[in-house]
Amino acid sequence: MSNVLELDRVSSFYGPIQALREVSIEVPENQIVTLIGANGAGKSTLMMTIFGDPRARSGRVMYYGEDITGLPAYQIARKGIAQSPEGRRVFPRMSVEENLLMGAQVVDYRDYAANLRKIFTLFPRLEERFGQRAGTLSGGEQQMLAIARALMSMPKLLLLDEPSLGLAPLVIKQIFGAIRELNRETGLTVLLVEQNANQALRLAQRAYVLVNGQLTMQGTGAELLAKPEIRAAYLEGAH
Amino acid sequence: MAYALQQLINGLTLGMIYGLIAIGYTMVYGIIGMINFAHGDVFMIGAFVGIIVLTALTGLTSVPLGLLVAFIASAIICGVYGFSIERVAYRPLRGSFRLAPLISAIGMSIVLENYVQVSQGALERAIPSLIPGGVTLMNQGGFVVQLSWMQLAIVIVTIAVLAGFTYLVTKTPLGRAMRAVEQDAKMAALLGIDTDRTISLTFIIGSALAAFAGVMFLLYYGVIDFYIGFNAGIKAFTAAVLGGIGSLPGAVLGGLLIGLIEAFWSGYATVAYKDAAVYSILAIVLMFMPSGLLGRHEVEKV
Ligand SMILES: Nc1ncnc2c1ncn2[C@@H]1O[C@H](COP(=O)(O)OP(=O)(O)OP(=O)(O)O)[C@@H](O)[C@H]1O
Ligand SMILES: [Mg+2]
Repeated sequence: MSNVLELDRVSSFYGPIQALREVSIEVPENQIVTLIGANGAGKSTLMMTIFGDPRARSGRVMYYGEDITGLPAYQIARKGIAQSPEGRRVFPRMSVEENLLMGAQVVDYRDYAANLRKIFTLFPRLEERFGQRAGTLSGGEQQMLAIARALMSMPKLLLLDEPSLGLAPLVIKQIFGAIRELNRETGLTVLLVEQNANQALRLAQRAYVLVNGQLTMQGTGAELLAKPEIRAAYLEGAH
Repeated sequence: MAYALQQLINGLTLGMIYGLIAIGYTMVYGIIGMINFAHGDVFMIGAFVGIIVLTALTGLTSVPLGLLVAFIASAIICGVYGFSIERVAYRPLRGSFRLAPLISAIGMSIVLENYVQVSQGALERAIPSLIPGGVTLMNQGGFVVQLSWMQLAIVIVTIAVLAGFTYLVTKTPLGRAMRAVEQDAKMAALLGIDTDRTISLTFIIGSALAAFAGVMFLLYYGVIDFYIGFNAGIKAFTAAVLGGIGSLPGAVLGGLLIGLIEAFWSGYATVAYKDAAVYSILAIVLMFMPSGLLGRHEVEKV
């Protein structure tokens, strides 16, 4: 079992402020790996550091054994990593269709129609809203679009930063269902950042806990779910 | 009536030239948020390339072929200038304080003007009218309304260029990439867009449009000097602001309006204050519509 992604003692900074402290994680092929942590722990920073923005000041980011630490973001994207980033960041003045085309920018256009059909089975809502400007979609629809846009590039590794943020429980279920389905059926490798630790840990084969920019715990999703300190810190009130 | 029609024709012709230049201002503003004050000088260089090519080709080729060569040469050379200006004067300052690129742009503008002044001379340069004649649309009590072939050609060329440009921006992957970088450059990069390349291409395209405008200005007035970029640049910039900076249709609309205001003011009031009229109207519009006529003011969900 090889690693799609490996972070080796990565440290990231915003100016003088250190946001990641020697973080090492592994994302094995065909697995869902989740990263949980409180607000400001550095989860989104880690996701962006994979894309070199901010660039890791020390340590290495390895993708299929290749050091990609110094590459510009667009080249990393072209290697097959896609991200649905924090805050969704759909292009507000483009239609749903154009947002999806943007996602497909790095792949052969001949695959576009087939990929679009897959997306529509996953998120039928996007088919209904195909011509609508993304800025006028509801929050949940924008989230679906952000994930769909990432999928349109047929990534080998999908990074999802809080896909459940601000969504209704039913929509969350739908999105988590979609992630599981993609992973089972296509073997898609996923790195998932979540506040919603309960569901994320149930979904993931492997999990990491980030506190103040440092990894404090790791294990399988089930192992972490069972730990009392995890239950106390991240699952309070969950069932 | 006849007189008004004549002013309308004159105003629209001039306005189309302003509109073409204004697109360059508005595109660059949209994508990197700065006013490229050297853009008017790229227009001026476009006119100079036009006069050099046309003078060299006089008698050697037919007029249409000569014009075609002039337009293409001018677009290519201005494209190279636009590309280089961004590389040399703006890209190194990206991420610097906000005024830095603006100061650099003004410096670039002065450099280009002086460069042309030194290399081409400070005197006015003229060419004979290449497309003489026209059609009389109306004759009202001795007042003749003329649509010159030149005006018609300018209108047709501009519309064709605008149609091609609109297609590029709305329908092609490059146009989509340009709009994506404009809306969220970081996200565009995450999707595999080389933002630096996209910005370079934006400068090249904007400069090529200014080149077209420069050659048409030359053909229309027949006389140019190294300083024409300043006036036309300010007018076109005003057009971009009037139409709503960042908006491409706004740039064209703003250009047409300013051309019309100038023509009608000169025709009915006095030529002396035509610029004052233009800026007064700009001030009034901005008072009531701060983001310009077609500028964005809707609230977006983030
Ligand atoms: N652009 C930035 N400039 C300066 N500091 C930043 C920047 N982005 C994030 N930070 C800081 O870095 C730390 C980590 O932020 P990050 O966004 O990675 O947290 P997070 O774990 O994703 O939190 P959340 O769950 O709230 O999204 C925080 O203290 C934050 O204030
Ligand atoms: Mg975050």
